[in-house]
Amino acid sequence: MKLRTTKRHLREGTKNIFRNGWMTIASIGAVTTTLLLVGAFLALMLNLNHMANGLEEDVQIEALIDLTAEEEQIKGLGTTIKQMEGTESVAFTSKDEQLNQLIEDMGQEGSTWQMFEQDNPLSHAYIVKAAEPNKTERLADKISQLDGVQEVNYGQDVIRQLFQFNEYARNIGLVLIAALVFTAIFLISNTIKLTIMARSREIGIMKLVGATNGFIRWPFFIEGMMHGVLGSIIPITAVLTGYYYLDNNLKDQINYAFVELLPFNPFAWQLSLLILLIGTFIGIWGSVMSVRKFLKV
Amino acid sequence: MKNATLWIKGDIQMINMKDVYKTYANGVTALNGIDIDIDQGEFVYVVGPSGAGKSTFIRLIYREVKPTNGTIVIDDTDLSTLKVRKIPFLRRNVGVIFQDFKLLPKLSVYENIAFALEVIEESPRNIRKRVMDVLELVGLKNKARFIPDELSGGEQQRVSIARAIVNHPKIVIADEPTGNLDPDTSWGIMRIFEEINDRGTTIIMATHNKEIVNKIKKRVIAVEDGLIVRDEHRGEYGYEA
Repeated sequence: MKLRTTKRHLREGTKNIFRNGWMTIASIGAVTTTLLLVGAFLALMLNLNHMANGLEEDVQIEALIDLTAEEEQIKGLGTTIKQMEGTESVAFTSKDEQLNQLIEDMGQEGSTWQMFEQDNPLSHAYIVKAAEPNKTERLADKISQLDGVQEVNYGQDVIRQLFQFNEYARNIGLVLIAALVFTAIFLISNTIKLTIMARSREIGIMKLVGATNGFIRWPFFIEGMMHGVLGSIIPITAVLTGYYYLDNNLKDQINYAFVELLPFNPFAWQLSLLILLIGTFIGIWGSVMSVRKFLKV
Repeated sequence: MKNATLWIKGDIQMINMKDVYKTYANGVTALNGIDIDIDQGEFVYVVGPSGAGKSTFIRLIYREVKPTNGTIVIDDTDLSTLKVRKIPFLRRNVGVIFQDFKLLPKLSVYENIAFALEVIEESPRNIRKRVMDVLELVGLKNKARFIPDELSGGEQQRVSIARAIVNHPKIVIADEPTGNLDPDTSWGIMRIFEEINDRGTTIIMATHNKEIVNKIKKRVIAVEDGLIVRDEHRGEYGYEA
């Protein structure tokens, strides 16, 4: 396409944005709402995924030892586990250490556990870390079959629950977003329909004197695209500022090791780019839908 | 003008229709088997009662409608196999003029004509020159800056003629071009058509104007009930006005 023609299409497309006034604002508003939700949802999803993966990395096996086991047997067990295939490290933790840790972790409520100091109900345990996180389950299975091992825990429930929560959140989010995307597309295509009807005479003459359909279509295409791009300004600003504050403040306030957000740079920028692309896509789709129907030869 | 240089009347076939039928989607049959040949440089009146199929005949030529059956060849282009995306290029060779002018009300005379060249991506320098040339031809050079509402009906029709011919089409089609004009103005419009025709452009004009057809003698095609019932060179209007 010639530069002069490109300029003309850009000018015409931009003019329509103002010509359609409130309808333009409605379309842009719909895109903005959609993208705000898409942005918040994506930030949440991607971070939850990130956390779940991190958690999986951190996973360790806690092998509880039979209360009846002798000291000899316990030592032997340690050596056996160390020599097993796929074991990275083994650490012994006595039941007294565990009780102290428990009392400390529980804070105020921990004091109730102090009465157990005389008669500790906990077991001695080995903390085993697998060389490869995804082989944790197999290693845990093998350890559980050893003599003197009473029970094996490796946080399987927490991970499973996190992944499940992720899945629910994703499904609900996707339905919500799909509905919003369609609303936005519908509004945009309606706005552009108005433009086309307002200019039907002009379009008729253009066709009569031999303008190609591509030539007629471009300004509407640009108008739709502008709706999408303008609609993504507020969501991108919100994502960038919101994530910046979250990233800075959450770090200090929550002390759980696994609550670790994706770093602002590059995550927030990538998310912004994605929002812009989705906005543009919505705009283009909306315009293509209405133009195709109205410009049939 | 470039068309004028190499033109020899009656030599080159411009429009050829064979066995053309047209039935609209609503079941109305407009054309019932049309056969016609029109050569380059001919001036043809299409006459006949309202609803006889004149408009359909005209609309077939610039591919506004597609025939149900039969073949149409316009300047070596077979319309039955013409792809939809090629239609614009056919129309650059066919200028069309209507009874209601179809001008853009907010644009000046100059802009209305230039618009036709802008949308086919003509260069600005060429646009300026061609628009001024054609305004001279239709005698509206001094009204280039006026908007259509400030002009008389005849002047508006001259603007629409200027727009139709500014691209030097080989064929000019006019559907009742004098239908909204008083007799004096109509003669003025006809003089312009004759001048365009003298330059070698083929002209097809559907009309109800008995006086014009009988005074400015040209080929007359009469259409009735979707058929050509009469085709005479230097013919008469043949109906009561």
